[in-house]
Amino acid sequence: MDAALLINAIAELIGEAGHVATGALSPIPMAASMLARRRSGGKMRVTVLGSRRNSRFTGGAKELFDSAAQGRIDVFFLSGAQIDGEANINLLSIGDYEKPKVRFSGSFGSPYLYMLVPRVILFRPEHDRRALVPKVDFISAPGWSEPEVYRPGGPAALVTGKCLFDWRKDERRFALRSAHPGEDAASIRAATGFDYAEPATVPTTPVPDAALREEIRDLVRSEVAEVYPRFAEEFAV
Amino acid sequence: MTESLQELVARIPDGAMLVVPPDYSGVAIAATRALLERGVRDLHVVASPSSGIQSDLLIAAGCVRTMEAAAVTLGEFGVAPAFNAAVRAGSIRMLDSTCPALHAALNAAEKGLPFIPLRGLIGSDVLRHRPDWKTIQNPFSDTPDPIVLLPAIRPDIALFHAAAADREGNVWVGRRLELSVMAHAARQTLVTVERVLDTCFFDREELVPGVLPSLYVTAIAVAERGAWPLGIDEEYEPDAEAQARYAKGALFMETV
Repeated sequence: MDAALLINAIAELIGEAGHVATGALSPIPMAASMLARRRSGGKMRVTVLGSRRNSRFTGGAKELFDSAAQGRIDVFFLSGAQIDGEANINLLSIGDYEKPKVRFSGSFGSPYLYMLVPRVILFRPEHDRRALVPKVDFISAPGWSEPEVYRPGGPAALVTGKCLFDWRKDERRFALRSAHPGEDAASIRAATGFDYAEPATVPTTPVPDAALREEIRDLVRSEVAEVYPRFAEEFAV
Repeated sequence: MTESLQELVARIPDGAMLVVPPDYSGVAIAATRALLERGVRDLHVVASPSSGIQSDLLIAAGCVRTMEAAAVTLGEFGVAPAFNAAVRAGSIRMLDSTCPALHAALNAAEKGLPFIPLRGLIGSDVLRHRPDWKTIQNPFSDTPDPIVLLPAIRPDIALFHAAAADREGNVWVGRRLELSVMAHAARQTLVTVERVLDTCFFDREELVPGVLPSLYVTAIAVAERGAWPLGIDEEYEPDAEAQARYAKGALFMETV
């Protein structure tokens, strides 16, 4: 997996935003946010859960959630042990809820932030039919809601180790946006357990050049290592 | 003014509802080890909002009946082994929650309220598995607007670790105001600190916003490096190696 490619791709998906926040277990989204902030000339505000250097909150742990509910966070990141074609995400367990085959850590803030943050970027590096499934075993957070449910937020895109998908809200399905080098329409279709839209010609995800890779390494060293020492160590190798 | 760790944890009865902070916020690991030695039983542990090695240690030792959390995880170091095994075996009762719900339910207790509404949640299986959470129509809206009500969480005990207390028993929590929320919500608050300073934090205006007043503090014990192998702001970093060893399957701290 080319982590620098993913970091660059996510930074491009973030694009312009006033305030980007990253949650638990999110070293690559954090690095991407740092890159997007640098590209904004430092104008973009980034809040990293668990960081002291990259948090300007003073209201305690609840402030992230309170500010999200007020529309003060534009972009957030979520993942899923399973993600399905309706963008439902499962962070909790595989199998029966009462007697799970596999148990993960838990749903964190997803049942709330997925519904309140306007652009949520889903990130799941492992791309196979176990991860991208027709229907999740447990809905930590739903991909869409009935019209009467208050929901200013939702999915914007899905980034995997093989490709980028856009989320088409009106069609309630993903659309292939680009394939990473070494992948093509057929290999992605074969590895994906849900149906999605696909363009006639599939573009290739941009590959970072040497200078950009060095810039990303520098950001990982100087910023990400504070919160994710293990990731930074492995990334440096 | 302070007491021993053993005296401190003797205040936590079997069956207590115990609220604990997330790994980055000041976790009282030394006190947790003393609690394990005491052999406490049937705890209802509330993570505010997630927990790691602390809850895993308590679960491994059979001290927990109910775990209420948005997540139990060793973070970068992987799954919490005892927690995962216990959930799969059905040997603990798991109340799956979500971070903002735990914060909000503690906020309700701070205000002395019986419940609090919260956005989001609708359509999540977390809500479906929480019969104690109720969805109502927003009574202030003329159009359909379902919203979830959460019962307040009023823990018996809040337990955490902080850098310092002053001679009056005020505790410096700095930016970790989630610790203050826990203390406001709980009936009793037990704190371990790195040190007690012969000063009064209220005499220094710039410190005051980060002070938990002694009004909310039941008892304090000194425990140097009391969060290890986790860290504490401006004191010491988390010990990555020790946590990695724990994650690899060492179920008790003696082997860390």
